[in-house]
Amino acid sequence: MTSEGAGFPRYRPVADHAVLVEFGETISHEINDQVRRLDSALSAAPFDGFTEAIPAYASVLVDFDPIATDHQAVQRAIERLLVTNTQTPSKGPVREVLVCYDGELGPDLDQVAAATGLSRDGVIAAHMAGEYSVFMCGFAPGYAYLAGVPGAIQLPRKPSPIRGVPAGSVIIAGPQCIVTTLTMPTGWWRIGRSPTPILGSDEKRPFLLDVGDGVKFSRIDRRAFDTATARS
Amino acid sequence: MASASFIVTQVGPHVSIQDSGRRGLMRFGVPESGPMDRTGFAIANAALGNTTIPPAIEISMGGLQLECVDGSVTIALAGGGFQVAIDRSAFGSWAVATMHAGARLTVKPGPWGSWTYLVFAGDLQANRWLGSAATHSQSGFGGGQIAKGQRLVIENAEVRGERCGPIPCPVFARPRTSLRVVLGPQDRFFAPDTIHALLWQPFSLTDAYDRMGVRLAGPTLRPVGKLDMPSEAIVRGSIQVAGDGRPTVLLADHQTTGGYPKIATVISGDLDRFVQLRSRNQVVFESISPEAAIEAAGNHRRSYEQFLTRLMARRGDPNFVRSHVAETL
Repeated sequence: MTSEGAGFPRYRPVADHAVLVEFGETISHEINDQVRRLDSALSAAPFDGFTEAIPAYASVLVDFDPIATDHQAVQRAIERLLVTNTQTPSKGPVREVLVCYDGELGPDLDQVAAATGLSRDGVIAAHMAGEYSVFMCGFAPGYAYLAGVPGAIQLPRKPSPIRGVPAGSVIIAGPQCIVTTLTMPTGWWRIGRSPTPILGSDEKRPFLLDVGDGVKFSRIDRRAFDTATARS
Repeated sequence: MASASFIVTQVGPHVSIQDSGRRGLMRFGVPESGPMDRTGFAIANAALGNTTIPPAIEISMGGLQLECVDGSVTIALAGGGFQVAIDRSAFGSWAVATMHAGARLTVKPGPWGSWTYLVFAGDLQANRWLGSAATHSQSGFGGGQIAKGQRLVIENAEVRGERCGPIPCPVFARPRTSLRVVLGPQDRFFAPDTIHALLWQPFSLTDAYDRMGVRLAGPTLRPVGKLDMPSEAIVRGSIQVAGDGRPTVLLADHQTTGGYPKIATVISGDLDRFVQLRSRNQVVFESISPEAAIEAAGNHRRSYEQFLTRLMARRGDPNFVRSHVAETL
């Protein structure tokens, strides 16, 4: 049984169609395990009127059809699910993500090295050594928030974002790492580029990464990167 | 089967292909997308008697001009109060009409509204992504933005002369400046005075308005305390307040998660009416209880279903309406 913080879970009504269930206010494996527990319980046994669940770091937004049910009934249904589902679901598969750290594909590597007192290779070694798992997906299609960046290379985000950061960029901030899927502005540190396709078009499995999956970064050189991007 | 083709001769920004949208993928970072004004879109389809919902064109205030170069097809327009003309003859903003080869359709902003829908009696050919032709504006995935010179092809094009004529515009499809909200889910980050300002002072829409959301001008809603909440889910209608105290109402192509507090959330029945406002229009927010919001959703759904049933019944299958509503809302 996981220990639950005082006053959690909390239930907050959202407009006429959702309840936000909060399990805590920090980013931790223990809290995220409770998120995954409710998420998998809902997908195994959805209540009448359930439409969609959106797991995040420390909360699950549970969306419902206001014609079929209401906030109070949904809260009761979730409370029942939490009582009957005490097992944390097992982790998903470990997915391999290729990354090239060479030259201009890791434009912030030198700055990260300077800020952490490591060499460029030291930053790369630390990044590859991290044990990553997907805590949530969000912001934009296929953006998987990976927790597990080692303490030695954790930096706060930059004061202002850089525009036009290309898809496939491997970016870090604090304990988090993301492989981007669209060209977007970001204030995170750009340390490499991945040719691994994350956005798919299969409706049943549209994205490489889902909440609970592990991620292992494998280093490739520039030639392998160019070959892989030419193929996709 | 017959087909019809159009060439895009003029088009403004933010004109895109939309269908009912893609649901159930927010857990992967994918918002629903689909029409900004789902009500106008549904009405245009019902007026045309469409029993399935094909891809359609969402027209922004940038406007659109098309020339029919091949075939004939009946079209419907509904959504905002735009100026609509076929060749030189103007007709109502909300109408069903038939276009033949050689005819030119012009749609420009009119007295009210920010979005209007051009729906065809046939299947507009469009790229799909994850089962939907709805355009996700940030990525361009789905049917995509409409470009000048583009050729639009309608397969299974039908002429439905019996459906031609004006479409009535019901009260629930018109712009609304008093918006009902349920406070939260992160209203705890705001002082009582700030909540009071949200509910008692007017805000206005700014020019920072696109399919992702619209930033509001008005009193500053500065959050108190440390903003250290981990990112959590956002819904369509969330009023998110950035660190500078400026609120943004998130819309069809919203980001699915965010770390800024959401002070309140607009109820679903008022959102379609809100998006038909324009920049510099004023709005006021009215706080209602979650129970009152559920009741409002029921009332809204009833008047909506009744209206669509009547529109469909002009000619067509009344059983269509239930599935149509389920697909659209």
